[in-house]
Parts: sequence; C-alpha cells; structure tokens
Amino acid sequence: MKQKHWYDYLWIGELAYLVLGLFNILFAWLGMLFFTIPLLVALFGGSKAYCNRYCGRGQLLNLLGKKLSRNQPPPRFLRSRWFRYGFLTFFMVMFGRMLYQTYQVFAGMPLRQAVTLLWVFRLPWQWPDVSMASPWAAQYAYGVFSIMLTSTLLGFVTMLLFRPRSWCVYCPMGTMTQGICQLKHRKEDLVHGDGAESPADR
Amino acid sequence: MRPNLKLARIGRECVACGCCASVCPRQAIRIAGGVIARVDPALCVGCGKCAAVCPAAVITIEAREVQA
Repeated sequence: MKQKHWYDYLWIGELAYLVLGLFNILFAWLGMLFFTIPLLVALFGGSKAYCNRYCGRGQLLNLLGKKLSRNQPPPRFLRSRWFRYGFLTFFMVMFGRMLYQTYQVFAGMPLRQAVTLLWVFRLPWQWPDVSMASPWAAQYAYGVFSIMLTSTLLGFVTMLLFRPRSWCVYCPMGTMTQGICQLKHRKEDLVHGDGAESPADR
Repeated sequence: MRPNLKLARIGRECVACGCCASVCPRQAIRIAGGVIARVDPALCVGCGKCAAVCPAAVITIEAREVQA
C-alpha cells in the first residue's frame, strides 16, 4: 500500500471550505488560495504540481468517485481544445462580471446577498449577518462562493457520469496552468534547447 | 520471467492532471513540465491502472514494438 503524506488529506480542507462558507460567507475569501496557488506554482515553478498533488477538490472527487462514479470514459468533446479553452473563457467572463458587481457595491450600490448556482439559480439559504465587513468585501465573498459551489456541482455531476476526476479535464485552473506551462517551456526550449521538464517534476 | 510485452501510451490530448502518475505501481509516469504525462518504457509493465483512471481517457495500452 502506498504511503500516505500530509497532502493526501487536503480534501478535508476543501470540504471544510464548502461547509464554513455556509455558516459565514466571509470564509469564501479563502477560495482565493485555490485560484492563486496553482497560478503561482505554474508561473514560478513551471509545473502543474498543484493539480498533480495538492488539489483538495480532485482528492475529494476521487474519494467520492470510488463509490459513486459510473467510471465511464468521458465524451471526446470534453477533452477537446475548443471546449476546454471555451469553458475557461466563459469562466473568466463570469469572474469578470463578479468583479464588476463587487466594484458596483464598492461604489455605493446595495449589497446583493445571494449565492447563485450555475450562474442562474439562487441558493435557498439564510445567510448570516455580515455587517462586520465592508459591503464590497461581503459582495466579493458571495461571488467567489457562487463560483466555488457551481464548479463543485459541475465536478460532482461529471464525477457521477464519467470518471471520478473528470472535472480535471475541463477545470479552468487546470487549463490555465497547463497553458502557462506550455508557454513557459516553449520559451525555455528556445533559450536552452532542452525538453519540457522542470525541477518540480523530478 | 515472462517478457513485458505491453506499454502505456499517452495521447496528445493529455491534460496533465497527474491521476495516472499517482496510481502507477512502478512510478513509470511523470508529468513533464506540467504539459503532458510521459511514460518511462523501461519501467512500465503495461498493467493498465493509469488507463483505467485517466479522466480524459487518453491512455491506451499497446503492444510493444519488438526489435528484430
């Protein structure tokens, strides 16, 4: 049996994040770690070590998938370039819209206390009071939590239908970090003339 | 000992998620530069564990080319 490491338990953090956000939406700010760490690892480490080893969501889907997944290969379109980059573009547009809503609240618009699933459906939940924080900070938290819950739901559905970590195929962060690594190594190849390998892979 | 006649082959649409590398019993797979999974033919025994977990279904187990 494979030896377990501390990072094999990061799924607990992912689960805790989703639960804590329901009790205080400001915990949603922690979601920034899930956005920034993979990008920093790709930009400075030139690898997808976050996806490969430290992604709590991937681990959680793997664990649940052992019991619940149909374990069927996903349809071809899911791994196609146009779908993966198309989904990334859609996600970025939605992220931009969320930032704009945050700016609107910062500029004086009233706080919109709602978490939406799949960008449309309002989650029926009595959100606790967030008056201790600036309205714009609370608005941003609602937005981030909407994104996190939506992507978790999509990951869960594709875990059930296809293979446990089917989310990894079209995860916008995964697509983005792979794109960064491709660009980075292409540049290094031009300079050093060696293959696509970084110290983080060894 | 029976000769090892099979080998995992990674398709170009690999998303470099690392699922294959995490289940490989021989540590024959590494994610090269965060771009694509690569198989070490010297270590791979063609067991197919990687192909079974690949979420993108881009791994195939193929017969090795036998050198005359």
